[in-house]
Amino acid sequence: MTRKESFQKGIQAGIPIGLGYFAVSFTFGMMSVSGGLTTWEAVLISLTNLTSAGQFAGLDIILASGSYLEMMLAQLIINLRYILMSFSLSQKLTRDEPWAHRYAVAFGVTDEIFGVSASQTGKVSPFFNYGAMCVAIPGWVLGTLVGAVLGGLLPAHIVSALSVAIYGMFLAVVIPPAKYDRAVLWAVIGAMGLSTAFAVLPVLKQVSSGFVIIITTVVVSTIAAWLAPIQEEGKEKALHE
Amino acid sequence: MNNHFIYIFVMAATTYLIRMIPLVFFKKEITNPFFRSFLYYVPYTCLAAMTFPAILTATSSILSATVGFAVALYLAYREKSLLTVALAACGAVFLAERVMEWMGMLSL
Repeated sequence: MTRKESFQKGIQAGIPIGLGYFAVSFTFGMMSVSGGLTTWEAVLISLTNLTSAGQFAGLDIILASGSYLEMMLAQLIINLRYILMSFSLSQKLTRDEPWAHRYAVAFGVTDEIFGVSASQTGKVSPFFNYGAMCVAIPGWVLGTLVGAVLGGLLPAHIVSALSVAIYGMFLAVVIPPAKYDRAVLWAVIGAMGLSTAFAVLPVLKQVSSGFVIIITTVVVSTIAAWLAPIQEEGKEKALHE
Repeated sequence: MNNHFIYIFVMAATTYLIRMIPLVFFKKEITNPFFRSFLYYVPYTCLAAMTFPAILTATSSILSATVGFAVALYLAYREKSLLTVALAACGAVFLAERVMEWMGMLSL
């Protein structure tokens, strides 16, 4: 596949992501302004961070006038999953392109962009990621801008409905492969079960949401890797196709 | 009162470094079958953990959220696109909440 073809494929994969992001970042823009940030501060956060959970947590810290150290630790913990994703992507990205591309690809490592590049067959070109980023980033930034400007005008029932958009997207990434690979199915069920345990059981309930995601990801992936190691090359390819 | 721009800088720098370091500085191809398998499962477990049970408390009511979850699950199983699944889930929550409002179960 040429660079151009990879880029175009990335754009296609990026369109639903960009639209989903618009809905989620809309809420972020709205909450930022209602909390006391300016529209441009909200837009700058979205442009430089490109992450949902981290930004919402960061917003809370800014509004509560927390310390810079607290901000750093919160981002580190909530976004620690990106370390796992970047590790995974470091294996998936083609070695035929200059290494420097990885500095730019890194900026766009989000749950969804990672999700679509992980679901590609074989190695992935950085240009695929650039294509997805070209649509997803404007979606995220524009959604923030529109939410910041119009948010106050939107009725509560619309806001409530829009807040499931991101989860719908996540399910659309994990469920299809779970249909074809029993080990993935059990990994998904196990992860949902363990994070539910963290949400409802005493003591476990006190663990912050960022840590819950990290612990669940590491524990369930370890068990899955131990019980159902992947067959070389066989499972390398995407199960989506 | 701290400076908003310093906050934004701290946020952005931390988040970028987390994404960049493993991608740029981890040069070797991982050959260990256990670690390869671990990384294969990471996206699924991570996204699943973020989705459930968080989806249940995302809307105004756990009932409407359950309806949205069920619709998203069904359409994802039918392999509909990311956007279709996301928008249908929003639509389902919206309709469920209108019905609940009409039945007097919810007031917004």
